[in-house]
Amino acid sequence: MTCTRTRPQNVPAQNRNPQEDGQVGPVWAGLDRPEPDWPDLVTAALLGTDRRPVPALLDLAATQAVARRAGLRPGPAAPLPGAAAADPRPPLPEAARRRLTMLLPARGGSGGAGSGGGAGGGGNLANLNELLPQWLAAAGRHGYRCPAPLVPRCWTRPGRAASCGRTRWPWPVRWACGWRNATPTGASSCAPPAGDSPEPDRQLWQEGLFAERVTHLTRLRRRDPQAALALLRSTWSSERAEDRLLFLDALQEGLSARDEPFLEAALTDRAKNVRLTAAELLSTLPGSALARRMARRALACVVLTGTADGARMTVHPPTVCDPEMQHDGIAPASPTGRADRAFWLGEIVAATPLDTWVTAYGPPEALLALPVSDAWQQDLLDAWARAAVRQGDARWARALLSLPSRHRDGRSTDAPVPVPVGSAAKLLAVLPSEEQADWSAAFLADHGLADAFQLLVACPAPWPRGLGRAVLDALVRAAAAGGYPWSHSGVIGVAERALAPEAADELAALAEHTVPAWPRPSPPGRDAAAAGRDARRADPRARPEEIPGPR
Amino acid sequence: MDDRWTPEHVLSLSPDAASRKAASRLSAPAPWTGTGSDDRALWGHCQGSGGSPYRTVVDLEGPAYQCSCPSRKFPCKHALGLLLLWSAGGTGQDRAPDWAAGWLDARREQDRLRRERPRGEPAAAGAAAGGAARATAAGRLARRSGRVAAGAAELQVRMADQLRSGLADAPRQGAAAWGGVAARMVDAQAPGLASRARELGAVPASGPGWPSRLLEEYGLLHLLASGYGRVDTLPEALAATVRARVGFTVDTAELLRGPLVRDSWLVLGSSDSADERLTTRRIWLRGSRSGRPALLLSFGRPGAAPEYALPTGMLLDAELAFHPGARPLRAALGTRFSAPAAPPAAEAVPPGLSLDAALDAYGRALEDDPWLDSWPVVLEAVVPLPGALGWELADHTGPQPVAIPVDRRSTPDSGLWRLAAVSGGRPLTLFGECGHRGFTPITAWYPDGNRIRTLGVTA
Repeated sequence: MTCTRTRPQNVPAQNRNPQEDGQVGPVWAGLDRPEPDWPDLVTAALLGTDRRPVPALLDLAATQAVARRAGLRPGPAAPLPGAAAADPRPPLPEAARRRLTMLLPARGGSGGAGSGGGAGGGGNLANLNELLPQWLAAAGRHGYRCPAPLVPRCWTRPGRAASCGRTRWPWPVRWACGWRNATPTGASSCAPPAGDSPEPDRQLWQEGLFAERVTHLTRLRRRDPQAALALLRSTWSSERAEDRLLFLDALQEGLSARDEPFLEAALTDRAKNVRLTAAELLSTLPGSALARRMARRALACVVLTGTADGARMTVHPPTVCDPEMQHDGIAPASPTGRADRAFWLGEIVAATPLDTWVTAYGPPEALLALPVSDAWQQDLLDAWARAAVRQGDARWARALLSLPSRHRDGRSTDAPVPVPVGSAAKLLAVLPSEEQADWSAAFLADHGLADAFQLLVACPAPWPRGLGRAVLDALVRAAAAGGYPWSHSGVIGVAERALAPEAADELAALAEHTVPAWPRPSPPGRDAAAAGRDARRADPRARPEEIPGPR
Repeated sequence: MDDRWTPEHVLSLSPDAASRKAASRLSAPAPWTGTGSDDRALWGHCQGSGGSPYRTVVDLEGPAYQCSCPSRKFPCKHALGLLLLWSAGGTGQDRAPDWAAGWLDARREQDRLRRERPRGEPAAAGAAAGGAARATAAGRLARRSGRVAAGAAELQVRMADQLRSGLADAPRQGAAAWGGVAARMVDAQAPGLASRARELGAVPASGPGWPSRLLEEYGLLHLLASGYGRVDTLPEALAATVRARVGFTVDTAELLRGPLVRDSWLVLGSSDSADERLTTRRIWLRGSRSGRPALLLSFGRPGAAPEYALPTGMLLDAELAFHPGARPLRAALGTRFSAPAAPPAAEAVPPGLSLDAALDAYGRALEDDPWLDSWPVVLEAVVPLPGALGWELADHTGPQPVAIPVDRRSTPDSGLWRLAAVSGGRPLTLFGECGHRGFTPITAWYPDGNRIRTLGVTA
C-alpha cells in the first residue's frame, strides 16, 4: 500500500457526537478516552481475549477500523518517468479504428477478469495471423498512428511496428518485464531493451524456459551472430537432443563460414536429427568442406556426355552409401520407400551448390533442356528443385519453373516434364513476390483452379491486381462451367483474405451480374459472386474508403 | 436523434461474447436488405440460413428489440448487427414500413400506459384489499425481522467465541469455518450478514497483513450486528443503511413512487461482473446540477444482457429514486426524458478531485455509512504507473508528489495496460471507486487528436 495511515485529525467522524445521531453503541464515543493502539488490539485478537483481556475489543476494533479507513492519506509517489513523446501522425479514421478493434484478439492479456476466449471484437486465429498483419502494414503505409488504448493489444502482434510506432508503445514497456517473452522474435527493430546488459542475458540463457532461450538466442543471433554461436557452444554438450535441434535451427539466420567448424563437429552428434540439420546447414554454405565433398560426389554421378545426337546428361547414382556419405548426413537406407540409389542421388544433388553445375557444365537454362539418361530425369529435377529452394537460388528456380510452359509449347515428348505443383510453390517463394504472383496468375489462366490452392496460399497477401483478376476470372469460369462452389472452397477461403481491397469494386460488379447457379437454401449459394461478397465482408484492410491517404 | 450510437455502446448491449462476435459478422451490408431508420427506430431484413429473411426492428428508446429469428438470446445477433450497421451510417433515413411500425406503435402505446399506471394504481386499488395486503406484508416483515435479529445475535456470539480463543488459528481453519455461519445467516434471511461472514473466512488467505484486515472486518461486522440489534432506536436514515447492509431489499416500484430526483446525469462509467447465475452491471452517474453520485445496479441472467446500458460520458435527463440510507448512493432509474446526449465540448471531461480530496470524500462517506468499502470519485490529473509495489496513481502537480495504490481485485491487467497506454506518462482524468483497499479505476478521459474519448478500464 502506498497509502499511509495517520491518526485522523480532521476527519469529521470523530468531531461529531455520535451519541446523538447514531446510537450504534459506544463505538462512536470512544475516541476521546485513552485506548489501546491498533497493534495492541491486533495482538490481543490474535492471542485471544482469554489470554490478553481487552474490554469491548470488538467495539474498539470497529471504531479504529473506521478511523483508520477515514484517515488514509496518499503516500509518496515513485519518480515519474518521462512522458511518451507526442505522436505527430494523424489518428486513424473512425471506420478503420472500428475494423482494428474487430480484428484484434479478445481483451484481457495476462489474467484478470477480462480474459477468456472470443470476447471483444471477435478476433479469430485467421484474423490474427493473416488479416491483422495486412491491416497493420496498410495503416503503416498511410502513416497513421495506432489508437492509444489498442497499443497494448497490438504490440504483441507481428508487424505492429508499422503502425504502433516507437514513440508511444515502449513507454509502458519499460516496466513490463512480464512482456519480455510475449514479444515475438520478429520484432527486432523495436525489441524492448531487455537484452542490453550481458549479465541478465547469461542468467536467462542458463535458467530461462526453453521458449525464452530460443527467443533470446534468435535475437542475439540477429544482433551478433558470433556471440550467439559462442553462447550456444557454452552449454551445447549439456543440452537435450530435441533442444539442440531447435537451437541449431536458430543458426540458420546469419549463417557464415565462421560457423563451419561448429557445424562440422555437429555432424558427429549423438542425435540423428541434429546431424541431419547440421548437414543441411553446411550444404547451404557454398564454401564449406561438406559442400565441396557433395559437389565431388555429384559430378561423379552426373556426367555431361556428347553423343552423335548431341549432348546429354548421363546419370550413375552411387551403388552404396559409404561411411563418408553417412558422415555427411546421408541415410544408409531410404526412409521413404523410394529406391535407395535414387534417394542417395537426390540427397547428393540437393546438397550440392548449384554453382558447381554452372562452372562444370553450363547455365541452368541449357542444362535443363538436355535429355537425361535412363529415366533419372525426374529424380534429378526434384533434387535440383530442392537445392534451388534450400540455397534460395532465383536463377535456378526461374529456370525450373519455366519448364512446364516450354512443354506446352508443343515440343517433343522427350521434353522435360513439369515440376510438381508442390515444389513449384516452394520454388516460387525464392522469387520476388511480383514474379511469384505473375507466375501464379499465368498458371491459373492455363490450368484453372484445380491445383492452384498451394500456389495461392504461398503468394504474399494482398495479391497484386493481376493475380486477383486471374483468381476471380478462374472462379467465374468455374461457376459458368457448372462446377460446384464447395469444390473450390479452399481457393475461395484464401481469396477472402488475400484479395486486395481495390478488388472490392470488381467484386461488387460481379455480385450484381451473377445469377446464383445453385438453388439457395441448401447449401448457401457460394458462386464467385458470393465469394466476392464474402471477401468484402471479411476484408480486414477495410474497404478503400476506410483508409484514405492523409491529405 | 442525430447522434448515432458508438459501436462500443452497441456491443455493450450484447448478452455475451458469442453474440458480440456474431453481431460483428452481421454488421456488414451484405446480409441486409430493406434497412432504414428514423429518429427513434431502425429496421431491416436479414438473410439467415433459412429460406425467408428475418425481420428485425430496434426501438432506440428503451432500447427494445423485435426479431423473427428463433434465437433465445436477447437482444439477438440480428438486432445487434443491425445496430452496428446503423452506427456505421449504413442505413438510410426512411419511414418505417408497416410491419415495423405496427410493433413500434404497439410498444409505445404499452409504454405510455405503463408510465401512467404507477401514479393511478394505488388509488384504483380497493382500500380494504390494499389494507389487508399491507397487513399481511407487515406480518411477514415482522417475522423476518425477528429471524434476522436472532441471526445477528448468534453471529455476535460466534465472533466473541472466536476472539476469546484468538484469531491466530484462522488460516488453519480456512474458509469452511465461516461457511457454516454464512449458511446459518442465509437461513436467518440476512444475506448481507451471510456474505460478510463468508468474507471473514477468506481474509486470512489474503496475504501479509491479514490479522489487521481480519480484525477490521470483525469490528465492522460486530458493529453491523449490534447496530441491527437496536435498529429501532436508530435515526431513520441510519436505520435504513443498517437494514440494507443486513440484507433487506427495497421494492423498486415502491421507490419510484417518490421522492424522485431529476437531473442531467452524467454517466461516469459502468462495469460488469458475472458469476454462473447472474451478470451484474454497475452504472455510476453524477448529477451535473446537484453533483450527487448515484449507482444503478442492473442484472441479467446468463444469455441476456442486463437491462440498462447507458453510454459512458453521455448526459441523461432522467429521474432517479434513491434507496433510503444515511449516505444514499444506490438508485433506481425512473422516467427518462430524452435519449442520452453528448455533453457540450467544454464539459467533455468531468471536473475531478485531488488525491487528498478523494480520500477525504471517502472518509466523509464513512462518517455516514461506516461499512462502505469505497466511494465513487473522479480524480483529476493522475498518472497511472506500474510501480515496484504494484500499480499506483500518482499526482505530480503539487509540491510533494503523492500516490495512491490501485486496487487490483476487480481490474484486469489488460485494463491497466490500456490505461497506461492512453496516459503515455501524462496526467489524465480518471473515475473510479476510492476505498481502503486502494482505487479501482473504471473510466478514463483522454484527448485523441482534437476530441475527448473515454476508456472503460474494466471492459
